[in-house]
Order: sequence, then structure tokens, then C-alpha cells
Amino acid sequence: MNALVSVLLGIAAVMFAGAPFLIDAAPQESTMGLVQKIFYFHVPAAMVTFAGAFVCGVASAVFLWRRRVTADHVALAGAELAVLFGAIVLVTGPLWARKAWGVWWQWDARLTITLVMWMVFVAYLILRRFGGPGSEVLAAAVGVFGMVLVPFVYLSVELWRTVHPTTNVIRSLPPEMAWPFRWCVIAFVVLFGALLLARTRLESLRAALDRAYLAEED
Amino acid sequence: MMAVLRAAWLVAQKDLVVESRSRELAYTTVFLAVACVLVFAFALVREGRAPDDAPAGILWVAVAFSGTLALGRAFERERQAETLRALLLAPVERSAVYLGKLLALLVLMAGVEAILVPVVGLLFGAPVSRAPVLLLALLASGTVGFAAVGTLFAAMLVRARSRDVLLPVVLYPVAVPVIIAGVRGTAAIFAAEPDVAGAATWLALLILFDAVFVTLALWTFAPVMSE
Amino acid sequence: MDLVETDDVSRHFGRRRALARVSLGFRAGEVTALVGPNGAGKSTLLAVLSTLLRPSSGQVRYDGRAAVAWGDDLRRHIGLLGHDLFLYADLTARENLEFFGRLYGLGGDGRLRDRVARALAEARLEDRADDRAGEFSRGLRQRLALERALLHEPRLVLLDEPFTGLDDDSVGLLAARLDGLRRSGSIVVMATHDFESADGLVDRVVAVRNGRTRELPPGAGSLRVRYQAVLREAWA
Repeated sequence: MNALVSVLLGIAAVMFAGAPFLIDAAPQESTMGLVQKIFYFHVPAAMVTFAGAFVCGVASAVFLWRRRVTADHVALAGAELAVLFGAIVLVTGPLWARKAWGVWWQWDARLTITLVMWMVFVAYLILRRFGGPGSEVLAAAVGVFGMVLVPFVYLSVELWRTVHPTTNVIRSLPPEMAWPFRWCVIAFVVLFGALLLARTRLESLRAALDRAYLAEED
Repeated sequence: MMAVLRAAWLVAQKDLVVESRSRELAYTTVFLAVACVLVFAFALVREGRAPDDAPAGILWVAVAFSGTLALGRAFERERQAETLRALLLAPVERSAVYLGKLLALLVLMAGVEAILVPVVGLLFGAPVSRAPVLLLALLASGTVGFAAVGTLFAAMLVRARSRDVLLPVVLYPVAVPVIIAGVRGTAAIFAAEPDVAGAATWLALLILFDAVFVTLALWTFAPVMSE
Repeated sequence: MDLVETDDVSRHFGRRRALARVSLGFRAGEVTALVGPNGAGKSTLLAVLSTLLRPSSGQVRYDGRAAVAWGDDLRRHIGLLGHDLFLYADLTARENLEFFGRLYGLGGDGRLRDRVARALAEARLEDRADDRAGEFSRGLRQRLALERALLHEPRLVLLDEPFTGLDDDSVGLLAARLDGLRRSGSIVVMATHDFESADGLVDRVVAVRNGRTRELPPGAGSLRVRYQAVLREAWA
């Protein structure tokens, strides 16, 4: 397990080291210029945020219905990563918006969806932290609800924003941009995987420590 | 199935009887809702007029805030003398308890909204009687969605620490689609040029939300309440 | 139901262990007292037996089957008198009994009304039947709560600190009730730290301390003396 994490972190490190060069070499987008290049990190971070949310949701469901303790550890790791990468999205987004369109926040559909989902998983973490013993099960319910919520947030925000259309992210990518983009996506996914494994393992160790405490009393 | 509905009805009836004795929830929830409207009115009204979509927004914020209060109080009552545990001990499917509490809350919120809507209409000149059936449907489905998730969360938090603050913390983000749909649908009805088709679309989204989340809550209630 | 067993049952809350590897059997027609100080794990054990709490490890078996195998119907055979009494303060004594009676499916109005009347008589609460439970003294609520727990004639009767707030007469009533339950073949498990009241009422005594249990060997002497002896010898 440790070896795998190290390998993945190594790969991610190499890819992130190389990313700036690839991004620099990529052509500038016509309307937004240099600023648009933030999207090479912003979008993969968003993808990984939702991956984290999904992992948390599925693991929470397994924990809630089957009470497999490992599932609880995975769920916590997934939620933390969703919050971490979500924070990256929510910081890079406004930075981009400010430079590109002059305002920090524009209620852009995708950014808003990320904000809402981010808050759901922050709530998950708050519940785990402050809810007292037994809050893992309660948080699992929040995790499941959070995952099922995604399409609804998407629908409602998209519908909401179509009434007031605004500049959107360019979706179809020319090949010179597609390759650096894919590179960054893979880098983020590898990093996500490494962190997920490491955090799950950390949580398992913490639980083992608790069990040791309990056993020591016997 | 019948047993579940029967038990749910018993629980709901019991809640309504208890409520009718003290009327604590009814009075405090209505008062909070109206106070909410006032606070937002003072925040938003300028030169005697609120911004265009404000009445719709204010209405739904008041529903959300007062609904959260009612949820918290309803379950706080079950914490005294631990009666929630007694309900969970009954030889019926535990989701019956969820359904019963949900029904009782919906009756309470219906009463609150029956007062809230005319108040909003009065204070902001919002055309609340323009499309009554559609407005009623929006309020009903939105309240069901909010209450469906809220009842589950409030029940599961009964045994948690910091439960008073945790309920809004977990409920509001999950209730976002309900708020968006409710406000936008209501605003579509209240607008200078009413958009009935738009309001109907939002209503459809709310009904879908209700179907999915009531089902999810029914599935989740027993496992999450089992310690 | 004739036998309830806990097989190596443990329960912890975070890092706090409430029950440690408890293996006990409870038989029909037997009244068992769980004695021990506050925080010993008595209430936790009762909650586990009632299915309200899952064990963190180990298993509880009812007539050889686990709770999941029985399903929701198992709870029909279980009656719990909780430490917090499980009564709705805003409902009258009669309404409390009727509500729980209906919830437990105790038949249509006629039969239910009879049962409720009998329960009120047993608790000597006929003249207060239509007063709100919230207005009762602790002792009266305790009597009502006991009747609520026994209304559906459960086979497994779990009582958490049933002597709290009871005057001598009421203790006598409770003693008679326990005797009746024993004769009808119920399994009775009672948690208490009131040695004096429990003395002589029970068939079997299990000492509970720090989540561990130890059966008191039968012997002469008051309950308190026997308990102290076990404390000294086993957990010194």
C-alpha cells in the first residue's frame, strides 16, 4: 500500500513538474489570452472534486447499509479531498473570472454547483468533527444525500442561469490545447488517487489506535 | 405497507394532538416567519419598494428558517423523556416513524404558510392570488422537499452533540435546489409578465426532487437511526 | 421466547468502553438484577438487549436467532422501561397508554380500552387517568411508565432503575408485578443501584462494573453484602 502511494505520488510530482512547460507551450486562447491558461488546473481540479464527492457518496452508502468500517474511512478521505480540491476550484475560478470578466464572482453555473457541493461536504466534515461519538453514521447519510443531490443542483443552477446567460467556458478544444489539458487531468487524477489511498490508510491507522486503546483496558 | 401507513398516521396524529395542546410550535414558527419577512423587508426595501424578485425570495427564506426551527423543536420534544427511542422500539418498520413526523411537520408548515403568503402579499403588493393553484403546488412541493430532508436530518441529529447548529449546517446546502426552484417558480408567477410555463418547469423539478428524496429518506431512516 | 443470550458482547462509544465482552443468558421465569454503580454499563446492556443499541462486537441471540433474523417483529416481544420513562408530558396518562397500545397493534378500541383500564388500575392511577403526565410526580410517572412498558405483555421485560422515586407502597406494587411476571414465564432483567429495594425480589444477581459482569454466587446475607464481597474478591 505504501509503495503504491509512493509510486503514484512520484508520478504526480513528475507530471506537475512538467505541466507548466506544457501549459506554456500551448497556444493562447483568442479572447481571454494568458489568463485562460488557469483552466488547465481549474477544470481538472473540478473533475477531481466531483470524483471525491462520488467516492464519498458510494462509500457512505456501503458504510450506512453494510457497516463496513473501511468504507467509512474511504468516505472520510473522499469528503476531505472533495473539500480540498473544491477549494482549489473556488480560488482559481474567481481569479480567472476577475481577470477575464472584471468581477470575482458571476454566479456562473458550474462554479455555483461546485460551491454548493463543496458546502455539502464541508458540512459532512463539520458533522464528523463536532457531532460527537456515532457521528460517522450520521455523516454517512449526509454523504449519500450529497451524492444524490449532484444532478439536482446541476439542473436547478443550469436552469437558473439560462435566464441570465453569461460567457461560458470554451468546451471544444483544439488539439494543441487538448494534450496539455489531458496531461493535467491525468496528473490530478493520479494525485487524487494517491491522496485517497494515503488518507484512507491514515484513518484506518487512527481507528486501529482507538481499538488498541480499548483493548488495553481489557 | 398498510401497517407502515397506519403507524405513521398514529405518530402524526399524536404529534398534532400534542401540538394542539400547547401550540408552542405553531405560535413560535409563525412569529419567526413573519419576523423574518420583516427583517428582509428592512434590508431590501428602498423608497417603499422591494426589488422585483424580492417577495418570492423573502417568502422562501422565511419558510426555510421557520421550517428549520419547527424541525429542531419537534425533535427536541422527542428528546425529553427519550420518547423517540420508545417510537423506535415499536414493532413497526422504523420508516413509519419518519413518515409520521414528516406528515405532522407538513401540517404545521401548511398552517404557517397560509399566514405567510397573505402577509407577503400585503407587505409587498405581491400578486399572490394570481395563479393560486400553481402557487399552492409550488409551496406544497417545495415544503415537502425541504421537510423530507429536514425530518431525516433532525431525527438523526437528536443524539448528536451541537445538534442545534448542526441542523442548519447540514440541511441548507442540501436544500439549495428546493430554494432555487421555489424562489424562481414563485418569482415567475409574481413577475410583471407572469411566466406560467417557467413556473411549471420549476414545479416539475420540485416534484422530481420530492420523489427522489422522500424515497431516499425512507430507505435511509432505519440504518441511520440504528446506533 | 424462552432464552436471551449475549455472546461476547462489547460496546464502545468512541474511546470509551461501555461493555466489555459480556456473555450472559437470561431464561424464562427468571428475574435477574444487574447491580452496580452509575456508569457501570447497566443501561447500555439493557439498551443492547432491547435492540436499541447494536453491539460493537459479539452477538445477542433471542431463542437462538439474532435480531436481524427476527426482523421488526422481535420488538413486539420486548418491553423497556427506560431511565427517562418514555412518556409524553403533554398527553394524559390514558392517552399515553392508548397511543403506545395502538402503536403496538393491541387491537381495536374495545380491547385496547380494557387493557388500558387494567393498566391504570395496576398503577393505581385511575383517578389521575385524565391528567397530563407532565403534571405527575416522579413516582407516579414511574408507575405509569412501567405500565406503558408492560402494556403489550412482552416476554422480555427490561427495567432500568425501576425503583427511582417510588414510595414504600409503590415498591410493594412493583414487587407484586415482578412476581406476576415471573409466574407467567417472562424474562425479566432489571438494572438498579438500589440494593435494599431489590433484595429478595430477584432470582439472580449480576454485578456490573466498568462494563464487565460477574454473577453473584447464591448465598446468605443481604444483597449489598454479597455484592461487596464479589467486588473485593474479583475486582480488588
